[in-house]
Amino acid sequence: MYTQAIDTDPTSRNSPTSHASVAEDVFLARIAQDEKIEPQDWMPEAYRKTLVRQISQHAHSEVVGMLPEGGWITRAPSLRRKEILLAKVQDEGGHGLYLYSAAETLGVSREQLIDALHSGKAKYSSIFNYETKTWADIGTIGWLVDGAAIMNQVPLCRCSYGPYARAMIRICKEESFHQRQGFDIVRALCEGTPEQKAMAQESLNRWWWPTLMMFGPHDSDSTHTGQASAYGIKRISNDDLRQKFVDVTVAQAEFLGLSIPDPALRWNAERGHYDFGKIDWDEFWRVVNGQGPCNEARMHDRISAFEEGRWVRDAASAHAAKRAARAVARAGALEAA
Amino acid sequence: MSDSSSKSLAPTDWPLFEVFIRSKQGLDHKHVGSLHASDAEHAIALARDVYTRRQEGVSIWVVPSKAITASNPALKNENFDPMASKIYRHPTFYDIPEEIGHM
Ligand SMILES: [Fe+2]
Ligand SMILES: [Fe+2]
Repeated sequence: MYTQAIDTDPTSRNSPTSHASVAEDVFLARIAQDEKIEPQDWMPEAYRKTLVRQISQHAHSEVVGMLPEGGWITRAPSLRRKEILLAKVQDEGGHGLYLYSAAETLGVSREQLIDALHSGKAKYSSIFNYETKTWADIGTIGWLVDGAAIMNQVPLCRCSYGPYARAMIRICKEESFHQRQGFDIVRALCEGTPEQKAMAQESLNRWWWPTLMMFGPHDSDSTHTGQASAYGIKRISNDDLRQKFVDVTVAQAEFLGLSIPDPALRWNAERGHYDFGKIDWDEFWRVVNGQGPCNEARMHDRISAFEEGRWVRDAASAHAAKRAARAVARAGALEAA
Repeated sequence: MSDSSSKSLAPTDWPLFEVFIRSKQGLDHKHVGSLHASDAEHAIALARDVYTRRQEGVSIWVVPSKAITASNPALKNENFDPMASKIYRHPTFYDIPEEIGHM
């Protein structure tokens, strides 16, 4: 579903211009001219590392993102909703694949990336460590979480690395359905019984702040933003994206008759934006660093899905080997004949 | 074709290559056609001459046609028709009230 700006690698915090070489100057000039960098092009090691980290975090988020929603597929309230949720979760798996493949063009293997996730070395978006307690959460996730993901991902369609930008274009096209189906679920609840509407409100209350955290730390605390923007990887800052998200979402909540759980939220005519309350960054870092409500459960489920699926991959390899052996035998028989 | 022999191929035996052109930086390579060539490098040179005479591209890929595995045309219906009924995968399936603007 989404990439999150999290500082986890202190080694790449140097400014990209600090060890200038001719090749690097040429590279930065290309970026400045909005040229796309392709896998076979020369690139600074820090650029490669930043991309591997960001794209793989993003891929992991898509894949882990299937878990909170996947548990509701069997409990969806109608066949139509079940089909839709199944299609959405399937899309997220596809997004993971597009992104792992984009990361692999940078010279890392799929195995390395998956190992890093399973061993806990790699991060994924903090949002997927929250519980999906009610059906309303499935609506809220589509509406807010996919909505925030779109906000973050649209500018990435213009990022400097060709394979990542192209994967993002494909993903963004698919995300729009995700957000709309979520809004549609919440809307149905809000137009339903008082109990259903209360369920929608209770869900919004739990997801609002974690959704705002998805945009990552404030610009003033985010050391990666400067480097990533010099490299043409990040086009809009965390705070600007977060503000944009709040501004569009308020009208949507108003339409639904839901109230956003932030007493400090009010229109600021001078800024032309909504002001909003303080984010609990302690909670954010707790969840990123493994102490969220579901971190353990998510990793457990991800690893068991991977292990329990092993026989399928092994069977496919065995089948291919058998077919190859038969083809060789057939060719031999033909030659002998 | 044996790769180990240093014997040169008769031009009539040149393999077929599929040609993909990136029309503008940042875009995907798109299939544009095919041609025969003595080897991959030769195929690139020929593709440049044939397919980019009007600056149609900034990058060329060639792939031996033999390396391409295609889906079975006879299975077209089985493969692709089931998606026709899954209209809910499209954003336009959902009514979004005008009041809230673009979503
Ligand atoms: Fe999504
Ligand atoms: Fe996604």
